[in-house]
Amino acid sequence: MGKWTRRAFITTGVVAGGGFAIGVALRPGHRAPELASLVTEEGESLVNVWVKLDQNNVTTVIVPHSEMGQGAQTVLAQMLADEMDADWDLVRFEEAPPSPEYANYLLGYGIIGDAEVPKALVPTFDGLMLQVAKSMAMQITGGSLSIRSTGQYGMRIAGAAARQMLIEAAADTWQVPAAEIRTEASHLIHAASNRRAPYAEFAPLAAQMSPPQTPDLKSVDDFKMIGHDVQRLDIPSKVDGSAQFAMDVQVPDMVYATVQRSPVFGGEIAKLDDSAARKVPGVIDVLKVAGNKGEDAFSGKQNIGDSVAVVAEGYWQAKQGLAAVAVEWKNFGQDAMGSEEIFAQFDRDITAGVERGNDRVQGDVKAALDNAAQVVEAEYRVPYLAHACMEPMNATALVRDGQCEIWIGCQNPLGFRAAVAAALGFEPEQVTLHNHFMGGGFGRRSNPDYAVQAALVAAQVQRPVQLIWSREEDIRQDHYRPAVRSRFRGTIDANGDVASWENTYVDKHEPAEAPLIPYAVGSQDIGYVASPTNIPFGPWRSVDHTQHGFFTESFIDELAAAKDVDPYEFRAQLLRDKPRHLAVLNKAAEEAGWDQPLASGRGRGIALQESFGTLVAEVVEVTVTDGDVKVDRIVAAVDPGLAVSPDGLKAQIESGIIYGLSAAMFGEVSIENGAVAQSNFHDYQILRMNDAPVIETHVINSGGPVGGAGEPGTPAVAPALANAIYNATGSRVRQLPLKNYDLKFRIKESDEVA
Amino acid sequence: MIRLTVNGKEQELDVDPQTPLLWVLREQLRLTGTKFGCGMAQCGACTVHVNGTAQRSCVTPLAAVQGQQITTIEGLAPSEDELHPLQQAWIDEQVPQCGYCQSGQLMSAASLLASNANPSDEEINAAMQGNICRCGMYGRIKKAINRVAGVGYFDPARGEV
Repeated sequence: MGKWTRRAFITTGVVAGGGFAIGVALRPGHRAPELASLVTEEGESLVNVWVKLDQNNVTTVIVPHSEMGQGAQTVLAQMLADEMDADWDLVRFEEAPPSPEYANYLLGYGIIGDAEVPKALVPTFDGLMLQVAKSMAMQITGGSLSIRSTGQYGMRIAGAAARQMLIEAAADTWQVPAAEIRTEASHLIHAASNRRAPYAEFAPLAAQMSPPQTPDLKSVDDFKMIGHDVQRLDIPSKVDGSAQFAMDVQVPDMVYATVQRSPVFGGEIAKLDDSAARKVPGVIDVLKVAGNKGEDAFSGKQNIGDSVAVVAEGYWQAKQGLAAVAVEWKNFGQDAMGSEEIFAQFDRDITAGVERGNDRVQGDVKAALDNAAQVVEAEYRVPYLAHACMEPMNATALVRDGQCEIWIGCQNPLGFRAAVAAALGFEPEQVTLHNHFMGGGFGRRSNPDYAVQAALVAAQVQRPVQLIWSREEDIRQDHYRPAVRSRFRGTIDANGDVASWENTYVDKHEPAEAPLIPYAVGSQDIGYVASPTNIPFGPWRSVDHTQHGFFTESFIDELAAAKDVDPYEFRAQLLRDKPRHLAVLNKAAEEAGWDQPLASGRGRGIALQESFGTLVAEVVEVTVTDGDVKVDRIVAAVDPGLAVSPDGLKAQIESGIIYGLSAAMFGEVSIENGAVAQSNFHDYQILRMNDAPVIETHVINSGGPVGGAGEPGTPAVAPALANAIYNATGSRVRQLPLKNYDLKFRIKESDEVA
Repeated sequence: MIRLTVNGKEQELDVDPQTPLLWVLREQLRLTGTKFGCGMAQCGACTVHVNGTAQRSCVTPLAAVQGQQITTIEGLAPSEDELHPLQQAWIDEQVPQCGYCQSGQLMSAASLLASNANPSDEEINAAMQGNICRCGMYGRIKKAINRVAGVGYFDPARGEV
């Protein structure tokens, strides 16, 4: 492919061997003003999608999103292949290289609305939102956006354009009207003259043609693959051990390293005795790696301490070497902090209400309070959470002769490349990044700290180094889901209507709409106070929706209970003007058999949360026996607008539910003496098969804008669980995780949320 | 020198005998399908078969498997162009998401079915609860196991269907 030279939206080029390629690009002067405004200077370009067709009639889709398990690469290829009428057996995909041409402008610049893009997911390394196309550093997989942005605005257009150009080329050659040519399974067919030829035959000619700037897209009824199930392209390699994760990389002459960063966040090395470590067989070197107190787009000022790294012939030797290192840390007084102090600080700051920011203020809350027949107050809290990806953080790096090569699995290849370059004092062009399958991402692999650390070790070693974190390091050096405390007051008026909703919580992050409620409550005052801590934090599957979903969907349940009204009926009444919300709520209740009576000791809870453009209602059924909670069944109703890949969507919803349920039942990172108390799966418990409920997912294709899949399953499960426990026991769970309660006894009001 | 058989091939290794089998497989033998997850037998990502039985390779010193038959995910299928029925079931049920834990899940499931061709729900839970899946695909894993249960399968330890 040559350089993009024209003002075209869609551009083409010849590829080696006589095939052709199509890119959907944004160019200055683009006909759609909102797209044109993204690229304003001559020479700027963005390629959002590429498709290549080679002489063997193989279509290769170049996907600008990473694969962390969500199936994004398959579903994007599926969207393109449908519009192109490509034979699915002849479709391959490649992940786009981290090049500015693939920067994900649609994500960053508000085509889909600023409010939906967590700042966490646009981590320009210098902490600023940079000017478009000047030093753009985004190529992000997150925010459940792959289908919504790249798929809708890129893949379908590229596929349709390719098909249209191939038809034109065949019409020219066959001397028949283009309208008489139909396409099917990567072939062109002219029935009247009984001609049939593979796409590849016309690729060279198509490459010479001007691409259509507004290709015709299929209507929903014409979809053959969109909305239908196809097998994921990555799965065969994931059942025979051949899938390549970053930790599977082997580079000639490679050595291994493992690290310990200051357990108290932000600590520095005061004294290091590596004499014993150097005597461990196989140990090559013991190194110091500098921390980072710079700015980060999501977390603000970072608080990453120094690390000790041990380099050895193998991971095991490196680990033994590290155990033999004696290090004293300088902690700057940060070792006085603990979880209880943090929650107490949140309490004080909410009460003080200093510089409270507003999410939504409407109506007259004070008047509602003055006229209230009933006032309901509650306070909730959730702890820090680690992501605990199955694959611990790791990266392989080689830094030599002013070049850095890095092999990694990450959610933001361009951002990582920029961060590594900055840490080494390089230009981004001096860094080559090879991205791999991620053994889980969930937001953790959007923070480049582990890439930077590997590069800094490699720069000292002058050999390829595979840096592998122990599980202990992975749990203790995460960028955690923030702990939050949230306080509510609601009123019910003389008519029995909910008149007001007041909510103040600590620390606003993203997405902005997470604490907002869909319910028809006339007077609302929702806002936040700042209460910063030194604990590193970052996006965690569905970001702020997990905390606020738990809070708001628990409190609405409390209001229903105060009125002694069925919590499903209560919600439905308050959603009477929200047809999509009402539809998922009704569907979940209906499929769950909400009106069927349950045996004693069993309970049912419902919750609803819209996130990332998808509406999800969940009903959780529990059995509580001698205080032990067993989750029996979860019914989810999901409206993603259109399920592009129905089974893929269901898999994501199941996955999001288990992820959220695991956190609600067991997840807790607690801070003791400034450091994380947990270390591995024995004390940072994860939900296992024996605790996993049956999950039933029901999809509603409402025809609304296409929403996300990876995250929306998570937020509703914790509140639905807590509401089910209330239904079963009368105990209101107001802080997570559930394992900290002894449900043999009724939770007393005085015990709640210290 | 420590001798053992891995996927039917004899190996002779000059490695510290206390080194966990996991790292020998990954670093010396380049069999990277077996994964590191926790290092303390808590997650099951490193599960391999020792003489046909599931074992956590991250806590198994090399010395402990001297002269034993080891099977890894790379050796689970009966031949190069054939899949183990569980591998096929994993594809049919579209089980993997990120896929990182799936080698261990498959090795645990294969070990279960080798000793109990028709496991009950409780027996499946008991055999599989040592394997964490952070993508939460437990329901699909169970479905895939049930799909194969009671059907003829290849037992790598015996080398026959």
